[in-house]
Amino acid sequence: MIPHALRRILLPTVALLAVGAGVAYAAGEGAARSAILDGYAAQAKAEAPSFAGFSADRGRALYLGPHAGGKGDANACAACHTPNPAATGRHAKTGRAIEPMAVSANPRRFTDRAEVEKRFDRDCPNVLGRACTAAEKGDFITYLAGQ
Amino acid sequence: MPFPHRIIAAGALVLAAAVPALANPFERVRPVTHEPTRKECGECHMAFQPGLLPAASWNRIMDNLNDHFGESAALAPDVAADIRAYLTGNAAVRGDGGLARITEQPWWVREHRLRPEAWTRPGVVSKVNCEACHRTAPQGLYEDD
Ligand code: HEC
Repeated sequence: MIPHALRRILLPTVALLAVGAGVAYAAGEGAARSAILDGYAAQAKAEAPSFAGFSADRGRALYLGPHAGGKGDANACAACHTPNPAATGRHAKTGRAIEPMAVSANPRRFTDRAEVEKRFDRDCPNVLGRACTAAEKGDFITYLAGQ
Repeated sequence: MPFPHRIIAAGALVLAAAVPALANPFERVRPVTHEPTRKECGECHMAFQPGLLPAASWNRIMDNLNDHFGESAALAPDVAADIRAYLTGNAAVRGDGGLARITEQPWWVREHRLRPEAWTRPGVVSKVNCEACHRTAPQGLYEDD
């Protein structure tokens, strides 16, 4: 048994530490996402000097589609990721559940650069029939970071 | 008359021992123990156990990741090589190596002669969605039908 007085100090300390760790963790995720977005911004500027920042509206249009020309059966990102990005998705072809894309619902989204690139490399040709531009990738993440 | 009883008892024992041997060997396969396989193969569908296909079928699949049944499932070459080694190293000894799809393997077709309604039930979506009906499929246990 921990004496009462000690517990009065210990409990708030532990609680503070836990909250602190949570904040630091979330900050780490935010920083990782910002770094990925910065990378796409630099790339977008190189691809088109007229690039003037990412747009959540354009990201939303990309997400919801519908698009033509994809090599898969899905004609929108929303076909697998669901029209409501805060909801759990379902792979249109296999039925496999997919965790929500909205950062508010799934804070680990867009924090692993290699994973994000791998999925854009696959999902854009499957839906659009071509690769996504750096601007489109940034728009997409910007839209979902605000959802 | 103890003699016929003994024969019957012995016969029953032989039968009991024979029944599990007759069961489909694909109803119980070793679960996936390789983390890259679990992660990469498990994004779009369940990470199927290596024991569900012979090595030749796994090689067919790993040779064609850019066109994985109509979609790109491209992986970095080192990751793909690692996963291929795990799948082929733990593959089934039975099965038709000329067929890449699990759902075309003769044993699979034999075990899934179901009413058409079974496939259109909500949540099933596809024949590769093992877990929709076999709740313990991720653990490699498919005996629950
Ligand atoms: C056929 C189904 C399907 C379609 C259509 C689809 N995706 Fe995906 N997507 C997935 C799966 C499966 C994952 C991996 C599972 C996960 O991350 O939870 C994923 C993950 C991603 C990720 C990785 C996110 C992260 O946090 O690492 C990005 C980025 C992505 N998709 C972008 C897109 C874009 C852009 C489109 C539309 C052009 C799209 N997806 C359409 C199935 C799909």
